[in-house]
Amino acid sequence: MPLYLNEDQQMLHDSAAEFMKGEAPVSHLREFRDKKCKDGFSHALWKQFAQMGFTGILIGEDEGGLGLGHVEAGVVLEEIGRNLTPSPFLTTAVAGVEALNAGGKALRDKYFPGIIAGETVLALAIDENSKHRPDQISMAATREGNGFKLDGKKQFVVQGGSADMLIVAARTSGAAGDDKGLTLFAVDANAAGVSRDSARLVDSAMAAHVQFDGVTVDADAVIGEVDDGDTVLRRLLNAGRSGAAAETLGVGAGAMDITVDYVKGRSQFGALIGSFQALQHRIAHLYSEMEIARATVLKAQQMLDEGSSKADLMVSVAKAKAGKATALSVKEGVQMHGGVGMTDEYDIGLYMKRDRALQEFMGDVNYHTNLVAEMHGY
Amino acid sequence: MSDLETFRAETAAWLEANCPPEMREPMTGEEDAVWGGRNPTYKPGQKEWLDIMAAKGWTVPDWPKEYGGGGLSREETKILGQEMARLKCRSPLSSFGIWMLGPALLHFGTEAQKKHFLPPIARGEIRWCQGYSEPGSGSDLASLQTSAIDKGDHFLVNGQKIWTSYADKADWIFCLTRTDKNEKHKGITFMLFDMARKGVTTKPIELISGASAFCETFFDDVKVPKEYGEGVSSVVYEVNKGWDVAKYLLGHERSMISDQGGSTGGSLGAKFADQIGRDTMGRLDDPMLRAELADMDIELLAFRAMAERFGDTFKAGLCHPAQPNMMKYAGTEINKRRHELIMAAGGSDVLEWESDASNGGMTARSWLRTKANSIEGGTSEVMLNVISKQILRLPGA
Repeated sequence: MPLYLNEDQQMLHDSAAEFMKGEAPVSHLREFRDKKCKDGFSHALWKQFAQMGFTGILIGEDEGGLGLGHVEAGVVLEEIGRNLTPSPFLTTAVAGVEALNAGGKALRDKYFPGIIAGETVLALAIDENSKHRPDQISMAATREGNGFKLDGKKQFVVQGGSADMLIVAARTSGAAGDDKGLTLFAVDANAAGVSRDSARLVDSAMAAHVQFDGVTVDADAVIGEVDDGDTVLRRLLNAGRSGAAAETLGVGAGAMDITVDYVKGRSQFGALIGSFQALQHRIAHLYSEMEIARATVLKAQQMLDEGSSKADLMVSVAKAKAGKATALSVKEGVQMHGGVGMTDEYDIGLYMKRDRALQEFMGDVNYHTNLVAEMHGY
Repeated sequence: MSDLETFRAETAAWLEANCPPEMREPMTGEEDAVWGGRNPTYKPGQKEWLDIMAAKGWTVPDWPKEYGGGGLSREETKILGQEMARLKCRSPLSSFGIWMLGPALLHFGTEAQKKHFLPPIARGEIRWCQGYSEPGSGSDLASLQTSAIDKGDHFLVNGQKIWTSYADKADWIFCLTRTDKNEKHKGITFMLFDMARKGVTTKPIELISGASAFCETFFDDVKVPKEYGEGVSSVVYEVNKGWDVAKYLLGHERSMISDQGGSTGGSLGAKFADQIGRDTMGRLDDPMLRAELADMDIELLAFRAMAERFGDTFKAGLCHPAQPNMMKYAGTEINKRRHELIMAAGGSDVLEWESDASNGGMTARSWLRTKANSIEGGTSEVMLNVISKQILRLPGA
């Protein structure tokens, strides 16, 4: 498979680009931020996502979705990133759906119709500390009657406050650090014992601290197999990480584009600042980094779609490389905008904020760099 | 089976049957490369492999058959490359004629020039070198001064080239000369002549890494005929239009050099962990070095994906024409970083310059040699200028 978008993927790109730019550009993010929306995104826009077919992108055709892959999900996510569009797409339609794809039919039948219709929102309750460390999950799920009782807390549950269902990773056996013993649950967000405390993040998204106090769930809430949640979690994380990398790429590309435009229009010392070599070389270097990140992200997505055994490695490489390139893009962007880069009026700062949140989502550059070393046996 | 699958199966079978066992051993150094030419040196299996591949046209698989090529399609050429890599078959021929002059002749040459010059390149009979840089013309190549004066039936060439790789071993040179002193870019001519002509002398250059393939090349009243037989001009394209050929060729050279980052082997971490030591978790017990090595793994895997994407988009005509400059920049910079890391991880062992244990200081010499990566074939700074101007369209650059 050549490492560029095929004709169908290019068409999807064109329609996603037109859609985001038309329906949810940066001004849309500002609107939701400024009216202090408690959800942090527009339910009407989520319906439009559904009408475009985006919400069912990873759901099989026989189940009413588009039956497409990670490359296509990434195509949509890049445009989300480029326009800083607030939506539950990454958590619900990409990572959440991929977790459910790894589980049984009953749960898919229960949740997929609502996701396809743009009515259901999922959130991911994975992290327990300020840094992403899924290998250290300690939240307990103890057997009780026909089901389980959940106790513990999660944080950085993006859109957790407005979610209908939470995908919760908890321990049914073993201790933090063990490979086996995790189980993933589909938990009704309004179940008794679930309390959600939402906060607005730096990028204006809403994320919740979620407390589980003796929350009881039936056995049929288990996604996949008991004690083998690692299998489901890996699929969820691979989808979420490659998706986040694609969104990050869009953020970096968008930031680079507006910065290039800015230096082509701003004059100082009687010359356009874009004519100064001191800036040109830095922008050209940034271009190179963004191009490499783009190739890396696409490669990871293709490997996931092919079911390659080395996809895990490439997903970590993609999350790290996209993170590094985009961090450079937003930092150079603010600096090259000069004083106006510090103002809320200009968009470049919003790109910096979104990048910061995406860096932390499902593992930052350091986390994935460490994973790459481990996967290489050192 | 599709035609391409059939081709793959047949190619694999042919390679299995015809590639000498010595030519399926990994290359151990530069001396294992086959350059051909009038005074070739061959190790066992090399000549046999060159001849049988040349007979099939597979030293230049994608060139037309009438010029000594294999006439393969883009897909078939890719499959041949993949099968050679899979079966660990060495490249039968290293050649500036194949990599540089050939593409320029195929694009700019006359039919007579192609028929005259290309088949001996494909067969490895004539070894070429490139006369571009001069002592006073490095990054500003178009300021070159080596003069070629029209004397009726010949040009009289005087001047000096530098960084001429293997000039002391080459049979012919493709050379940029100045044919109009009143013009800069429009006064340059791309010409071909025999290094055995009277007045051509070469002198090898010693580098910080030691002996090198680079030479200084001197032209002292060299007579270059205007024609080598009927219709075979010594000038490619036209007099004073050599810069167009040079630019085209530089693009090729940059995309070739840019492959370096993509083919520099795998992860270094496990090897150095074994060498330096591991903690109780099995991790390399120098955490800062471990972090640097892992970062390099990420950069290398990322660049490998970039090289694959560049190759795919280049062949499909989808990449920006100036993209080879980005590849050259990124590929050479990462290769330099990688060798810095190899030196840091190798510690005092790799400081040895003259010892059997260090194979004559190979690690240190390789590290020093990589410093030229971002200078030769256009400096990183020139690459960034080109990206700024041609891709990003920044003003006044």
